[in-house]
Amino acid sequence: MTALGWWGVPIAVLGGAIRVGTPFLFVSLGECITEKGGRINLGLEGILIMGAMSGYALSYLTGNPWVGVLAAGGAGAALGLVHAVLCNLPRVNDIAVGIGIMLSGTGLAFFLGKPYVQPKAPTLPAIPFGAWSDSPQVRAALEINPLFLLGVILALVLAWAFRATRWGLVVRMVGDSADAARAIGYRVRLVRTLATALGGFLAGVGGSFLSLYYPGSWSEGLSSGQGLMAVALVIFARWDPLHCFYASLLFGGAGALGPALQSVGITSGYYLFSAAPYVVTLGIMIATCSPRRSLAGAPGELSINR
Amino acid sequence: MGRLGRVGETLAIPLGALGAALVVFGLFMAALGHHPLEVYGLIYRGAFASAFSWQNTLARAAPLVLTALCVAIPARAGLMIIGGEGALVLGGLAAAVIGHQLAGAAPHAVQLAMAAGAMLVGAAWIALAGALRHYRGVNETIASLLLTYIAIAIFNHLVEGPLRDPASLNKPSTAPIAEASMLGRLPGLDVHWGLGLGVVLCLVLYVFTAHTTYGFAMRIVGGNVRAARLAGLSVGALILVACALGGAAAGLAGMVEVAAVHGSANASLIAGYGYAGIVIAFIAHHHPLAIVPVALLVGGLGASGGMLQRRLDLPDATVLVLQGLAFMLILASETLYGRGRLGRARRVAT
Repeated sequence: MTALGWWGVPIAVLGGAIRVGTPFLFVSLGECITEKGGRINLGLEGILIMGAMSGYALSYLTGNPWVGVLAAGGAGAALGLVHAVLCNLPRVNDIAVGIGIMLSGTGLAFFLGKPYVQPKAPTLPAIPFGAWSDSPQVRAALEINPLFLLGVILALVLAWAFRATRWGLVVRMVGDSADAARAIGYRVRLVRTLATALGGFLAGVGGSFLSLYYPGSWSEGLSSGQGLMAVALVIFARWDPLHCFYASLLFGGAGALGPALQSVGITSGYYLFSAAPYVVTLGIMIATCSPRRSLAGAPGELSINR
Repeated sequence: MGRLGRVGETLAIPLGALGAALVVFGLFMAALGHHPLEVYGLIYRGAFASAFSWQNTLARAAPLVLTALCVAIPARAGLMIIGGEGALVLGGLAAAVIGHQLAGAAPHAVQLAMAAGAMLVGAAWIALAGALRHYRGVNETIASLLLTYIAIAIFNHLVEGPLRDPASLNKPSTAPIAEASMLGRLPGLDVHWGLGLGVVLCLVLYVFTAHTTYGFAMRIVGGNVRAARLAGLSVGALILVACALGGAAAGLAGMVEVAAVHGSANASLIAGYGYAGIVIAFIAHHHPLAIVPVALLVGGLGASGGMLQRRLDLPDATVLVLQGLAFMLILASETLYGRGRLGRARRVAT
């Protein structure tokens, strides 16, 4: 950080926001779909770790990181399906099942992933959008990963789909009023099952980003709670896919602020910066909730609204 | 449904689910080329077969009993708190600071002050989630989860910054508490007092929730808030008390870990006891007395991980897989209540 001095901080934060924010983007979009359907999946943390492990393993075994990304999505969808099927049973609590998925997914990933801690798997390539610049910091910041671009497109597509397609409307209706959906003849549990499985797929892909791009290896300490954060992110984004995108960048930037400030010599308060997203989310919930009504924009069937 | 039938049902259904989990996990092990009975034999040996393994099991169960109470007591008042981990780390930090500041005082006074400080901090932390729920309508599950992350950030900030002992080089820790004020062993057992505290607290809270008027009022709030208001109960106070009691238990877990195991507050406190406590509370149906045996089972499973690793070269996460599987199947078995022959009222012919 000599050439740019203080300018290095915002540039590093921007690059960090994209890098740190990509897994947030995928888990929040996944959780957004699930919650739009009226269920909450607290198990995305386990799904994320499982995705990271299976992505890395398959990339190592096949030599193709994109196969790894797909495998991660598949593993995530499978765990999402387990969550959905268990929650389809009457009197089974979706929050508790989420905790179960979190613990089982983590345990299973550590169990199956043991042989893959050592080997080096091929990782995803970066797209150098900053090749025009002489400054290494700018180049580093503009090395965009392909999953981020996919995530941006996905956020746009989802925002459009929820607004303007029949599928989107069905999911929203099931999430807002199961009775209304049932009366029209839609199969509520089937829709929720698919929404949860799709959410799991995206969270798994988010996990593969961790093991296949940044930090780019598989270890048991890989995730730092990105999956658990999904629930906070979606509330922060008010169940809107586009806002999920902004929120992921913001949360990613907040996470990158600590290291960036550290690089110019400010080391105190590192951990407090990392807590900023949680404080802001809690602040927003306190400001917008009231004992008389639920959160604005929240799907009506969500158990956290009651 | 008779009382006997209900008791039988509450025992038979989770035990059946546990058996199913053992069968599924056994098939999984068999598919990987291990003999299931050999695996289970080793788990039993690692958890319960010798005095040494019992010690290990009991020491692991101690914080779990307390963090499970942090879920179970608010659940009696209808709140789903999943933030015990945050109360644990802040309680542990408070205990470490108090223990160091009071160095030189009488050991029992120091221990009492550490326990009181940790319980107060934990109680305040979880009561905050309850207050947000009651006064602002903020969902307590999400709020307590967010508060956990905030608590861990505060903990890391203080332990690696202002409160760091300069002598702790590789692993940032607070200044150690005096050897004399560490929690001792239970008489006749090589297990620290933490387990005793946990069991006593379970008994006290059982009597409180099941056999006192105040506990009854709390359960009414949990059953139906409107009915509770109509009956003239002060819902807010009851919710706050339930959360504070749970938080105090989790804070005490932090104090136990600091004063009986680590000797200072450091990152080892963030070991997921809060999350394991959620599992235990749910399996125990939020019943304070059922928490103790479930915590022993979960603690024993954790204690047997090393045995599996040494003897069969299985990863230490093996027991996590079994624990997760058993938890999921027990959760799924909730759906069976009232359906079995034991529990079903005799149908009137139509």
